[in-house]
Amino acid sequence: MTDWSPLIISLKTAFLSTFITFFFGVYAAFLVVKVKRFQGLMDTIFTLPMVLPPTVVGFFLLLMFGKQSFIGQILLSVGVNFVFSWEATVVSAVVVSFPLMYRTTRGAFEQLNPDLIYAARTLGISEFKIFWRVILPNTWYGIMAGLILSFTRALGEFGATIMTAGNIPGLTQTMSTAIYSAVQAGDNATAFFWVSIVCAISFAVIIMMNYWMNHQQQFAEFISKRKRGAQNVAVR
Amino acid sequence: MSLFVDIKKSLGDFELNIKFETCDEVFALLGASGCGKSMTLKCIAGIEKPDSGVIRLNETILFDSEKNINLPPQKRHIGYLFQNYALFPNMTVRENIEFVIQTTGAAKMDMLATQVQRFQLAGLEDLYPAQLSGGQQQRTAFARILASQPEVLMLDEPFSALDSYLKWQVEQELRVLLKTYQRPVLFVSHDRDEVFRLSQRIAVLAQGNIDVIHSKHELFDSPETLAATLITGCKNISMAKKIDSHTLYAQEWGLELQVDDMVPTDLCYVGFRAHFFEIVQSSKNSFAVEIVDVVEDTFSMLVMIRPQGSGVKPLRWELGKELWQRVSPVNLFLTIPEDKIILMKK
Repeated sequence: MTDWSPLIISLKTAFLSTFITFFFGVYAAFLVVKVKRFQGLMDTIFTLPMVLPPTVVGFFLLLMFGKQSFIGQILLSVGVNFVFSWEATVVSAVVVSFPLMYRTTRGAFEQLNPDLIYAARTLGISEFKIFWRVILPNTWYGIMAGLILSFTRALGEFGATIMTAGNIPGLTQTMSTAIYSAVQAGDNATAFFWVSIVCAISFAVIIMMNYWMNHQQQFAEFISKRKRGAQNVAVR
Repeated sequence: MSLFVDIKKSLGDFELNIKFETCDEVFALLGASGCGKSMTLKCIAGIEKPDSGVIRLNETILFDSEKNINLPPQKRHIGYLFQNYALFPNMTVRENIEFVIQTTGAAKMDMLATQVQRFQLAGLEDLYPAQLSGGQQQRTAFARILASQPEVLMLDEPFSALDSYLKWQVEQELRVLLKTYQRPVLFVSHDRDEVFRLSQRIAVLAQGNIDVIHSKHELFDSPETLAATLITGCKNISMAKKIDSHTLYAQEWGLELQVDDMVPTDLCYVGFRAHFFEIVQSSKNSFAVEIVDVVEDTFSMLVMIRPQGSGVKPLRWELGKELWQRVSPVNLFLTIPEDKIILMKK
């Protein structure tokens, strides 16, 4: 019987890390677009995990969360051992997928007509409401694209994960690390199996994204029509 | 209601230096593009921060660099109509208006109904901004601004986003609105005709400075400065020198002119509107005409002329097409009436 745990661990990790990356990435993009000083420095730091080799990211994570570190000590005192835990796969995936979310969202924010925000301010709308009801809905397509990219990056994460979380079957073994183990053990059948699943998922995601990009205009119109239809019905 | 503005802000090429006070009237800022009009509105609205100065609305200080006061735009209660209206594309007309109403429940519904009725938006409530015409978008933007109950209204080139055939209709609607709106209105435009039709007082802006503030009739009759004369559409301007108390010499036209007004000693320029030429030969300000070029405009003729044999920069003469039919170009004399000459000190 096939052990499906790598698929489940990969999906769990990718979904949770994308959820976390969404908030961090959107907030970072918002911050960088808003601030006037240190924009370049902040951008460099936020983008760094994208250009660094994943092993280097993993090394830094071990430095930060390892048993000798300050954070590691605190975690140990509450009974959590970060290294070789499932949580480590999530943290690794968040760190490496964060720059994709951040950069795509930032691009979307910068394309938004600033007059919309200015107008909202002069109309007395609070900054909180402006963010959730004006900025986010009008940059949603860009943010969606960022989410899809982050999800695929998290799903395929290997380097940082194997350094921090290891490769423990049933606990931290994702599809990527399972392929690595299978090849090391000369088990080509298992390797082929996981490779084809990863390929299938990646294909599906790319097709979804292209469809989304090509049809966002029609999609927007569809949504607006449906909304209107609903309101007309309510009026009658 | 009164609005007092006295601000300075460096804008790279030049410094914005604005000072004016306005009460319940339509006050226009007239100037060429890039002269700092929109920046002035943004400073008043709190979107941009002036380097120094004071902005006061009635007793409330909106901005004071010395006292370190700078209210956020949300607390200034200034209605700002953006050039492209800045309607939220993700919201319907109804949602755009409802979004800014601060009350809830029945009061909110009342306010929505009032604005929808006032701006004839009934039937459009469930459409998105992209589905509206330019005029409908502007009416929605006005409805949204008034629903937020501002103390001052600021209009930034309100007709620039409209097709020319729509402009007149929208302007009519705006004039009706302004008549019933008993609050200060700041109106920014580069179009002298719009400004003349809609406002009571006009400040001419040039390179970030307010050149003159005038009632509209004063401004168009005697603009006083070069920038004001140009923006009010005077086509014939020449450098000039005083000869005696009622005589001057227009250097670029090579003409000595008699004027009704006293000629100031520091006279710099003289201007003359293209449609004030008289087709007569008289003892003063008259000259034999050499026609340089004739251009047919939509409803008039533009004739470029100069004093015969002088070879100077041509003057522009505008006249009706029918009149032009009856003018004989041979042995033609024109007169510049003494009371129609604009004198400028800077």
